[in-house]
Amino acid sequence: MSTQTPALPASLADATRDDASLRCFLRGLPGVDAVGLEATAATLATRSVKQESKRKAIDTAIRMVDLTTLEGADTPSRVRSLAAKARHPDPERPGVPAVAAVCVYPDMVAPAVAALSGSSIGVASVATAFPSGRSSRDVKLAEVALAVTAGASEVDMVIDRGAFLAGRYGEVYEEITLVKQACRGSHLKVILETGELAGYDDVRRASWLALLAGANFIKTSTGKLSPAATLPVTHVMLQVVRDWQQRTGVQCGVKPAGGIRTTKDAIRYLVAVHEVAGPEWLTPLRFRFGASGLLNDLLMQRRVQLEGHYSGADYVSQD
Amino acid sequence: MDWSYDPAPESREIANLKPSYQLFVDGRFTDGGSEPTKSVDPATEEVLAEVGTASESDVDTAVQAARRAYDRVWSRMPGAERAKYLFRIARIVQQRARELAVLESLDNGKPIRESRDVDVPAAAAQLFHHAGWADKLGYAGHGPDPRPLGVAGAVIGWNFPLLTAAAKIGPALACGNTVVLKPAETTPLTALVLAEICQQAQLPPGVVNVLPGGGGVGAALVAHPGVDKVAFTGCTEVGKQIQRTLAGTGRRLTLELGGKGANIAFDDAPIDQAVEGIVNGAFVNQGRARCDRLLVQESIADELLDRLRARAAALRVGDPLDRNTDVGAINSRDRLERITQLADAGDAEGAQRWTSPCPLPQRGFFFAPTVFTDVSPAMRIAREEIFGPVLAVLTFRTPEEAVAKANNTPYGLSAGIWTEKGSRSLWVAQRLRAGVVWANTYNRFDPTAPFGGYQESGLGREGGREGLAAYLAVDDDGGRR
Repeated sequence: MSTQTPALPASLADATRDDASLRCFLRGLPGVDAVGLEATAATLATRSVKQESKRKAIDTAIRMVDLTTLEGADTPSRVRSLAAKARHPDPERPGVPAVAAVCVYPDMVAPAVAALSGSSIGVASVATAFPSGRSSRDVKLAEVALAVTAGASEVDMVIDRGAFLAGRYGEVYEEITLVKQACRGSHLKVILETGELAGYDDVRRASWLALLAGANFIKTSTGKLSPAATLPVTHVMLQVVRDWQQRTGVQCGVKPAGGIRTTKDAIRYLVAVHEVAGPEWLTPLRFRFGASGLLNDLLMQRRVQLEGHYSGADYVSQD
Repeated sequence: MDWSYDPAPESREIANLKPSYQLFVDGRFTDGGSEPTKSVDPATEEVLAEVGTASESDVDTAVQAARRAYDRVWSRMPGAERAKYLFRIARIVQQRARELAVLESLDNGKPIRESRDVDVPAAAAQLFHHAGWADKLGYAGHGPDPRPLGVAGAVIGWNFPLLTAAAKIGPALACGNTVVLKPAETTPLTALVLAEICQQAQLPPGVVNVLPGGGGVGAALVAHPGVDKVAFTGCTEVGKQIQRTLAGTGRRLTLELGGKGANIAFDDAPIDQAVEGIVNGAFVNQGRARCDRLLVQESIADELLDRLRARAAALRVGDPLDRNTDVGAINSRDRLERITQLADAGDAEGAQRWTSPCPLPQRGFFFAPTVFTDVSPAMRIAREEIFGPVLAVLTFRTPEEAVAKANNTPYGLSAGIWTEKGSRSLWVAQRLRAGVVWANTYNRFDPTAPFGGYQESGLGREGGREGLAAYLAVDDDGGRR
């Protein structure tokens, strides 16, 4: 995946010239009507995905999972067992695809990299004082460097919501660009923590801000806060990456994270990807699920599709 | 990735389709005196059922039955008792919602998602709302003890068959009137199931009567001297005939007629939701929501139209019973021909046509979503009601110009305003001559909000407190009493 940031078109380059231009640009984005947005999201959620299209959706969703463990109690051995699951989610059924990446804290990157060597599965590390983002810039950049040096191929940073909500967009922009540099070519996902932002207009502004600063992916949430990912928020972010592609020719990705636990939920997200951004986004290169429990439900539903009956939670590995 | 949804059709069985349907007169289902007609599934052109039709003497029998029921039972019954019947009918409509939704989609061609999520719940809501009024009419602002009118003759259209039937029966019964209802010739089935529901609710015989048939039955009903009030939903031309028929008779009339609604999109519109709303207004329900004009501010026209075409191209046209269908079938061959003819007129008069590349079914009456740009106000597509999934786009530069263009039509049913600026919404809404003005939404119906039109879109209001006036002997809309 290319992490090169091509030069922005002139109209967008102007937007990032200084704090005032950035503010002007973000404030000038079209508004979001909450009632209409939520109604559209609810309507698309009634799509009925059955049979072959459901099987295809389940495999696609498995390929898009960032298998995540972000606990204080994480140990190298737990990370290794998660890595094994990432390689072969359902060892008894060899046809099951591998997940996209494993997502861990920076100090767990090394065991994850070791356990996944030789596979194409990415190692994503959260960084920048995850989940709150409340630390000095030096500490945040040092944490990014730690993760990247340990071999993380993807970095999930959090934005400084305090600065964003106070309207100090320039500061947020600058921090993302510095993190981008510190990534040294690793893929950058920017977590907006939409549950802390002031509504859908802010989600749109933060999404544009992150993309202008060089994000490869925009991600809804840390998963440590409720509300985490929702369908309407994901709709807004999908609209932004679609519009970004029209303006710049570059396709960026979206990652909803937190609260997506069932196959039914996952399929609703895939329908949104399909109909809001377009079929080109139905790939792990442009859409991911940040989740831990989702994978097992996908595996169980996959068995239902193939074997015609439900086998129960004891027949898939808990981790 | 190439990912298409497999068909997810609702089962036809749910509709409990019967081989033949009869008239409902005086609490009983009976054969009509005229030749039965066949109701056709517009998605397959197959015959759904044979439907009995009324003769002139059936009209007379039904009106007499309604008169008897009015004199002897319904007008004397306390409001709280009438309410019980209406609540019961509303609950049965909810209980039989799936059956009604599938039947509506079969008979009318609208997608099941719409009949399931909009038509049937809205019909139940109409009945519940008016049931609540039945014992509170003294507080409706029409005097301390407003009286009913008598027998109401209702003639309705094919675009929202069950919903319109409920919107006529609800207020009529709540106010103490009895009803003779004539559903549209092409969509009689859900009205006849509603009759069955009235029977199931043990509504006294004659309070509701349903007479399927063509225009002749409607004309006979409207002209019948025993009818005290006429409520009509349909085209402007027939509305005018009815007005002529009733002129000088002192009988009351409400008309809900055609429309040439406009959505007005300003440059500060919430653009993605505006596109969604315009697409819904123009293409959903196959364009029967009567919003076939878009007025877009020149400064955002290109951007908005690009998004609009992209969104419209993603709409799924096809089997109305498939739960993933966005745009269903056109209700009849005649209707399809008229749409085709008007669209051709758009080409001939120099507008630019864009047609959705979506695949269309081989059989049935379908028309792909179509957008005309470079439309000038003089063209037929900008003036005549299209009633199909065709949108005519005009541009404007100032709010004054938008209002002038939106109002430049003999109709005035509905309009939509898209802007994030509240003061602009209000400024425009005050100047639009339209019965309903939606702000940042389109096509939301609520039984508490009065609905109706200006000029050739009709007279009188339906729904809400204001709508009750049409079924009461009060003097606020030109009535005799």
